Amino acid sequence: MCLAIPGQVVEIFSGHQTTALIDVVGVRRKVDLGLLQDDMPKPGDWVLIHVGFAMSKISEEDALDQMRILRALGEAEAAMQEVQGYGMDDVTTPNQHEIEPADKA
Amino acid sequence: MKFVDEFREPEVITKTAEEIRRLADPKRHYRIMEVCGGHTHAIYRFGLKDLLPSNIELIHGPGCPVCVLPMGRIDDGLEIAQQPDVIFAAFGDMMRVPGTQGSPLEHKARGMDVRIVYSPSDALKLAQSNPEKHVMFFAIGFETTAPSTALTLVRAKADSVHNFSVFCNHVTIIPAIRAILDSPDMRLDAFIGPGHVSTVIGCRPYEWIAVNEKKPVAVSGFEPLDILQSIVMVLRQLRKGEAKIENQYKRVVPWEGNRAALRAMAEVFELRPYFEWRGLGFISQSALRITDSYAEWDAEQRFQVAGVRVTDPKAAQCGEVLKGVLKPHQCKLFAKECTPEHPVGALMVSSEGSCAAYFNYEHRKTAMVSSIASVV
Repeated sequence: MCLAIPGQVVEIFSGHQTTALIDVVGVRRKVDLGLLQDDMPKPGDWVLIHVGFAMSKISEEDALDQMRILRALGEAEAAMQEVQGYGMDDVTTPNQHEIEPADKA
Repeated sequence: MKFVDEFREPEVITKTAEEIRRLADPKRHYRIMEVCGGHTHAIYRFGLKDLLPSNIELIHGPGCPVCVLPMGRIDDGLEIAQQPDVIFAAFGDMMRVPGTQGSPLEHKARGMDVRIVYSPSDALKLAQSNPEKHVMFFAIGFETTAPSTALTLVRAKADSVHNFSVFCNHVTIIPAIRAILDSPDMRLDAFIGPGHVSTVIGCRPYEWIAVNEKKPVAVSGFEPLDILQSIVMVLRQLRKGEAKIENQYKRVVPWEGNRAALRAMAEVFELRPYFEWRGLGFISQSALRITDSYAEWDAEQRFQVAGVRVTDPKAAQCGEVLKGVLKPHQCKLFAKECTPEHPVGALMVSSEGSCAAYFNYEHRKTAMVSSIASVV
């Protein structure tokens, strides 16, 4: 629940609720951007997601660090489960090899 | 060192650990509280205690939302869900937390409609796709999750979703820190401030800790190096006799926080006069309730809530561990009746709970070391 999950904005859907398609290591999900309305991200930007809502904009480097932290804490699987659990639509199934991100190092 | 070796810049970690040794006055004993349960988890996982001199003691703080929730609130939430056509929706972390009559998961086994959701907005969608049912979202968390619940309620109102409500257990971190500092049996020298709560509230709300209590605070990231650097920051301040708020996690935490998130919270929530915390008792203005303009979506206003108060199982010493008075292994039930597989207390449930962290890393260490040795 308190996991901060890093993801990259793929596409933004504007409506009365601004949502975005976010890519988290290959899994694409709709995420609410309402809490970033003062500083809207653009496609290509990285964000930290808490319980289905993008909460802060971060750099790509910090996004990769955060993913590594989740893996080290044994929380990466829970994080991916959480992301896959968001919503009941907009599912894209990644290829299995894309789930485990390549280490930056 | 094997735990930190897998991280970037192991040589910087070694240097930072050396600096900590240099800064720590051998004649002093330092008690530094890491407020956030995520930090507690990271400290155990990376074996950071082993890098610190023995006169630096890390005290685990109250920043695990599942752990601080008193059992009576769980009973109240489950009581509402006993009513016909009510779906109980909560985060996965809540599912194994014991209530008097068992956890939500055990209630599910007995026939209650209990669903795991990953986002409050998923609970709202669940309501929209089940118009003949009522979905009650059991909301927990500090300021990290409260804005998401708030925005979900704004959406529910805007979309006129009438079969949805929130049983609000959101708490705020500052009054808990105040209660700990006011506690006569607690002496602390400095704080490692929570990282992700601070992305919402910013750094300003901690200023009184420096100004009034003269204790240094470093808001910290979650990597081993982040936590060690934060310890360096507070030790430097203590050495100079200073007390201020430093932001070690600048790359993510803006000084002013996230204003849009704070606005969403202000729109939907107001402070409760008081709220009960496990271990810390009743703390005034420490939790959020739903304002009257969202009364229709407030489970406590919509349903009869008994407001039960139950004490934890007598033998379990969750309260003392939560306050930092006892270490997890000093509890009588630790690793005996109470394990992550069969938790008696909430601190053994969540990965952010200090008992679960201690059990998974310290308690299993001996077994782990011998298995590594046999591989090598």
